[in-house]
Amino acid sequence: MVKAKINSQEVEVAEGTTILEAAEKFHVKIPKLCHNDDLEPWAACGICVVKNGKSPKLLRACCTPLEEGMNIITTDAELVQTRKTVIELILSTHPDDCLACPRNQECELQRLAAEFGIRDQPFPKRLRNLPVDDSTGAIVLNPEKCIRCGRCVKVCQEMQDVWAIEFLGRGEKTRIAPAGDVKLGEGPCIRCGQCAAHCPVGAIYENDQTTEVWEALMKTGEGERTCVVQIAPAVRVALGEAFGLKPGTNVTKKIYAALRRLGFDMVFDTNFAADLTIMEEGTEFVRRFTAAGVGAPLPLITTCCPAWVDYLEKYWPDMIPNFSTAKSPQQMMGAMIKTYWAAQAKVDPAKIFSVAIMPCTAKKFENSRNETMYSSGHKDVDITLTTRELARMIKQAGIDLVNLPDENADSPMGPYTGAGVIFGATGGVMEAALRTAYTLVTGEELKEVAFTSVRSMTGIKEAQINMKGTIIRVAVAHQMGNIETVLRQVVEARAAGKETPWHFIEVMACRGGCIGGGGQPYGCTDEVRKLRIRGIYDEDDVSTYRCSHHNPYIKKIYTEFLEKPGSHKAHGLLHTHYVARPIYMK
Amino acid sequence: MAYKNFILVCGGTGCESCRSEEIYKNLMMEAEIQGLKEEVQVVRTGCFGFCEKGPIVKVLPQESFYVEVKPEDAREIIAEQVVKGREVKRLLYDKGDGAAAAAAAAAAEGKADLRSYQKQYRIVLRNCGVIDPENIDEYIAREGYEALEKALFEMKSADVIAELKASGLRGRGGAGFPTGMKWEFTRAAPGTVKYVICNADEGDPGAYMDRATIEGDPHSVIEAMAICGYTVGATKGYVYIRAEYPLAIERLRIAIRQAEEYGLLGKDILGSGVDFDLEIRLGAGAFVCGEETALMRSLEGNRGMPVPKPPFPATSGLWKKPTVINNVETFANVPMVILRGSKWFTSIGTEKSPGTKVFALTGKINNSGLVEVPMGTTLREIIFDIGGGIRNNRKFKGVQTGGPSGGIIVEKDLDAPISYESLTALGSMMGSGGMIVMDEDDCVVDVSKFYMEFCVDESCGKCAPCRIGTNQMHSILDRMTKGSGEPSDLAKLEKIGQAMTKASLCMLGGSAANPTLSTIRHFREEYEEHIRDHKCRAGSCKTLLRFSIIPEKCIGCGLCAKRCPVQCIAGEKKVAHVIDQAKCIKCGECQKSCKFGAVVKS
Repeated sequence: MVKAKINSQEVEVAEGTTILEAAEKFHVKIPKLCHNDDLEPWAACGICVVKNGKSPKLLRACCTPLEEGMNIITTDAELVQTRKTVIELILSTHPDDCLACPRNQECELQRLAAEFGIRDQPFPKRLRNLPVDDSTGAIVLNPEKCIRCGRCVKVCQEMQDVWAIEFLGRGEKTRIAPAGDVKLGEGPCIRCGQCAAHCPVGAIYENDQTTEVWEALMKTGEGERTCVVQIAPAVRVALGEAFGLKPGTNVTKKIYAALRRLGFDMVFDTNFAADLTIMEEGTEFVRRFTAAGVGAPLPLITTCCPAWVDYLEKYWPDMIPNFSTAKSPQQMMGAMIKTYWAAQAKVDPAKIFSVAIMPCTAKKFENSRNETMYSSGHKDVDITLTTRELARMIKQAGIDLVNLPDENADSPMGPYTGAGVIFGATGGVMEAALRTAYTLVTGEELKEVAFTSVRSMTGIKEAQINMKGTIIRVAVAHQMGNIETVLRQVVEARAAGKETPWHFIEVMACRGGCIGGGGQPYGCTDEVRKLRIRGIYDEDDVSTYRCSHHNPYIKKIYTEFLEKPGSHKAHGLLHTHYVARPIYMK
Repeated sequence: MAYKNFILVCGGTGCESCRSEEIYKNLMMEAEIQGLKEEVQVVRTGCFGFCEKGPIVKVLPQESFYVEVKPEDAREIIAEQVVKGREVKRLLYDKGDGAAAAAAAAAAEGKADLRSYQKQYRIVLRNCGVIDPENIDEYIAREGYEALEKALFEMKSADVIAELKASGLRGRGGAGFPTGMKWEFTRAAPGTVKYVICNADEGDPGAYMDRATIEGDPHSVIEAMAICGYTVGATKGYVYIRAEYPLAIERLRIAIRQAEEYGLLGKDILGSGVDFDLEIRLGAGAFVCGEETALMRSLEGNRGMPVPKPPFPATSGLWKKPTVINNVETFANVPMVILRGSKWFTSIGTEKSPGTKVFALTGKINNSGLVEVPMGTTLREIIFDIGGGIRNNRKFKGVQTGGPSGGIIVEKDLDAPISYESLTALGSMMGSGGMIVMDEDDCVVDVSKFYMEFCVDESCGKCAPCRIGTNQMHSILDRMTKGSGEPSDLAKLEKIGQAMTKASLCMLGGSAANPTLSTIRHFREEYEEHIRDHKCRAGSCKTLLRFSIIPEKCIGCGLCAKRCPVQCIAGEKKVAHVIDQAKCIKCGECQKSCKFGAVVKS
């Protein structure tokens, strides 16, 4: 422990605690811009400067550890003046189009400018007219707005290990772009959107498709279109944040209500499709597990996460045979809406406009990633919106989300089990799969369905499940940068002719799983992630059904339409395939 | 084998660019032609430091110090001096005021009484201009590798550190951190893999101390790094040197190879059981890579950008391993400290800054070149005694120390004895040792703009105050020099400059405003003249110049009109001419051509 003073207040913190962390712990606010709690301090902006006693040298609070006996002063006229000048300098390289910016009112630079009372800009603008890169279709890079804080680069390289973006150029010419200056869509980018979620300004953001959805809704009103919507598990515990609610608040029923008020004809829940995914993937797992002796590839690796799918196709193509062929819940739901439901409701699938609300930017790419995404004969999911875009639409519509009445989703693809909802958290897919696999393997029902060993925020989690004498070894990894360790062990075991270390692996590209997705409301920290995860498991805890195979509507869909898990029909609609992709297209 | 004469030919980059290589070859050829191969040995050495008058050739034992030698002079040198024993008078440096030459010549020999008399004292440059840097035997002949031997066999690593600490040797790269402490921290840091790095990424405009040291005496650095490796427990060292120094790199390569062949590098050095390997890594010439954290990132193969300290390199440096990083000059001091002892070292220089410092003296000075002086020498001694004063008898205006990171020091402060503390107190810094002398024809606004432009180009772009601040300051300085400065500009310069100084991450940004702020402090009225009167009193800001013809003096010869490249001078024959100010490009040709002094600059 070290003892020091912050603004004359005695503080005691653990060794290695930065001045910024110590100050925040004791409710002292130090202005900051480039720092983000997810990342190691990069010290780019120069705003968090503080004084130590009478020393003329200012310290950067974000990266300087508090030392014994320090006498930190976080604010005085000189510090305020210095910080203000730095903000003015940053503003001199930033366009003044806040009103039309995707981050308007959610911009960290705008907030700082407001707090510092910037009224005039003393330094002439130095803008560069750099072109916008919208080549991924999922995220948009506008380097003109970039303040070079480096968060996106650090997220992409250090957290995600994707290396899609780099600093190019030096000095004032520094900009963020893919190495070799290729387009984002032509490089390693997996569209996870973590760069966008961490960008403090409007330099990287989701490809906003709300206008297209509004256009479709317009046609719904005119009877030309039937608009159907689904919402993903992780959306329900995060959307409330955009309306002032605490992270983790479950607003599922208010979202249904809001979607109806926006004009959607049918409101389904992706959780239902998550249950369907478990039926297919669980069956696939059991089939591979029991046939392992005759060469079925193990481990089986989950494919619900499109950013992860893209990553494996680019970086680990040799592992493609280990991928589950089951589509993600978004795409299963898309296929079911335009086949099963369309037939049932006697709606021409060509007229259905299918929208998915996802916590994720990569889902925008997934919905057209190959021809199996058109399994209904049409584009199965027409548009994917992120949680942030939905929040925007609800605000545009003037809907008071918090005070809406609770409503239910529509049948037959609304009701879901606890297994479906936990898909939104890291370990959730694995846990849901194990609940059903247990029954498939043993023929018995679980007494205690919670597999707590695969929960938690640990980057790589391992567990052994005893299914009445059959041991199943599983691993769960989240945050893309953690996956290499897992796959390397699999590859090494294989090369050494040893048994695979795990039978089943769940991977989610984003930290915490989908609840920490790149399309979720801004300000996601581990604290927020934990609250969102809590919200998810709270719902699971009180669910009537907690195993996917108990969902009566799942049973019904197989009886009425899909025959049985893994059937020929199910394969045609609910499964996909993968292909090695070059990391760089050029 | 007894040679009658030794001829030393400077093989530093400066002299080489003036064909010293040819002089060397011609001397060898002439010796052969004139049948004197057995009587004279021609040696190509490192820099003598007297670059102003290069190429330098020195003949022993007469100590004839020849300057501005041409390849065709070789025959005469051999024929006159070697054959007849007569000096070639026309090539001798004029000894009338030749303190510098004598200093350079004698200092190279390490004569004891130089401190009071010649002002220079050579520790770092002890072998430069004396030995053939490509021949390890010559280094060994001058006590080379004796310090390494002493350290390995007579001293424990703690003894080396104790000696260094007692010597008070401080980092010569700028900040002056005690070298012994740096080594001690690294030695004490946990871990078995440690590194030694030599920072040879010298990048200040006008500074070439490190280049000259490596070119002239590469083994002194190698020996020191091996001592350091032994002391801190590192078995691997890197010399990070800029690719723009091909001669230094080549000589270092040769030296490393020779040291390896002699068992002075590599496995089991001199049978001591100590291993130390040395590798050269080339930098791409980014100034910021002289900053140690950026240098290490670059060495690792990453983009050269500074990272926050702590952690300091001593605990987490190259590849996160404990690392000693010292610059060339610091290392070059080490063998002498070990060999002669800390008592000897502390007898030179000042109490807090013992030893010597090498400066690259350039600008408006008579004898530009490298000088090594004991700390405590005054700037006046360096500029007026060693440097021979200001060119063309112009008036001294200021001297910039510390390159683009330092500040200007003016006449009234010239008698301050040089030390880390004194230069900082004067608003400048030691820096790596660049020293640029300015006279009354230098405009402080223009000079500030020059340094700021350098920082604009060299800012890595990571940190907002530096990346944006340097550009904003440069644009303000630029418009001042073009007559469009605004009344609020001085305040803006100070405001940005202070914010940059306080809020930048590394010293590049932290000191980039120094030249501007220090010149504003000393020459505020000149800035104000630029803004208010659109006037540059030094006459160096071209846009602000005005050439005009005094009608009374003009006889109407028309020569100026003829010479004017833009035809902006008109007038009848034998009638006073007139310059069209709107068209004039201020090239000054008219003034140069007028034989009657009728064209004036204002």
